Amino acid sequence: MSKLEQEGRREFLKKAAAGTVVTLAPGVMLHSLSAEAAPRTEPVTGKVRWGMLIDANKCAEGCNDCVAACDKENGLNLVDMPEGADESLWERQRPRWIRQITLKDNLTGRLTSLPMMCQHCEEPPCADVCPTGASFRRADGIVMVDRHICIGCRYCMMACPYKARSFIHAEVAEKLTHTPRGKGCVESCNFCVHRLDNGQTTTACQDACKHQAIIFGDLNDPQSAVSQALKKYPSVAIRDDLKLNPGVRYSNI
Amino acid sequence: MTRISSMILLTGALSGLFGLGNVIAAEAVKGSAKYEKLEQCVEPTSVMRRNHFEFIKHQRNLTVHQGIRGSKYSLAGCVDCHARKDASGKYVPVNEEGQFCDECHDYVAIDLKCFECHATVPREK
Repeated sequence: MSKLEQEGRREFLKKAAAGTVVTLAPGVMLHSLSAEAAPRTEPVTGKVRWGMLIDANKCAEGCNDCVAACDKENGLNLVDMPEGADESLWERQRPRWIRQITLKDNLTGRLTSLPMMCQHCEEPPCADVCPTGASFRRADGIVMVDRHICIGCRYCMMACPYKARSFIHAEVAEKLTHTPRGKGCVESCNFCVHRLDNGQTTTACQDACKHQAIIFGDLNDPQSAVSQALKKYPSVAIRDDLKLNPGVRYSNI
Repeated sequence: MTRISSMILLTGALSGLFGLGNVIAAEAVKGSAKYEKLEQCVEPTSVMRRNHFEFIKHQRNLTVHQGIRGSKYSLAGCVDCHARKDASGKYVPVNEEGQFCDECHDYVAIDLKCFECHATVPREK
């Protein structure tokens, strides 16, 4: 077979795979959004909106798996405490994309544990206040920081109602190729954008959660696992009063 | 213009050329993938030498804002090929003194900012 023919065949198989919906069990479907597991060559569009549903009932108190996985995936574990910094201050200020938080109902004493990260708002206040346009919302709903134009003013950190953003206070010796990081820029959860852009469809926190408390997927696709779950179970947007329409929803809180 | 001053100018120009020649000769750092395979970069060397910063500046916007990661030009691609291994087989940061990036940038006194944030050794495979 000639090289050209082979390529044609490969393209055909790729396209054939693109539309595949795998039925695992009645009602449970694996939908392949971008079948070609190759780096993206076309711009992202608004056809997809990435989102998440977190079931606080399944999220176990004391479990830190998603935070650890996020730290490892995005190189946050490589950020060391600056020399001479106060340790308690460092614990409060160190970069973290996911915070594990516990809520207590004062009336009943019931404790709820849940991961809190960037909620990827449709109307992100961080992007509203950014003086340089570094904070922005990508067409597929991911709220990100363009570090090339971030001046480190931290307005976005003040504007975010979810306390989702971190600031890098000192130079970082070791960086990962897919997560550049330097002194003087703000950063936050980006739904593992390097994974999505390279054709994967999961986030590190979702993969790490052994309790299956995190469902991630395309909110615009009615067949996606996250859309199906949102349709089935009651869920809330945190600080719904702000009308930001976040892409991250919680159930059982 | 006197003969002496033109001689001085000529010598200056020649030594400048030779100086640049030294830089050019170091384009494939010994021990790097490029040195071993002697493959051409994504563009001919003369084009890369003049325009590499333009290429990656445009590409960075496409990648960050539009999610395009399969582009021809990328800083990670530069590092993948042009980082050198030391005697113990460990990668040497590509921006370190005497390494690929530093070699020219030091000569033309350009303060390189890329690697304040970006990884200086090839991506983990």
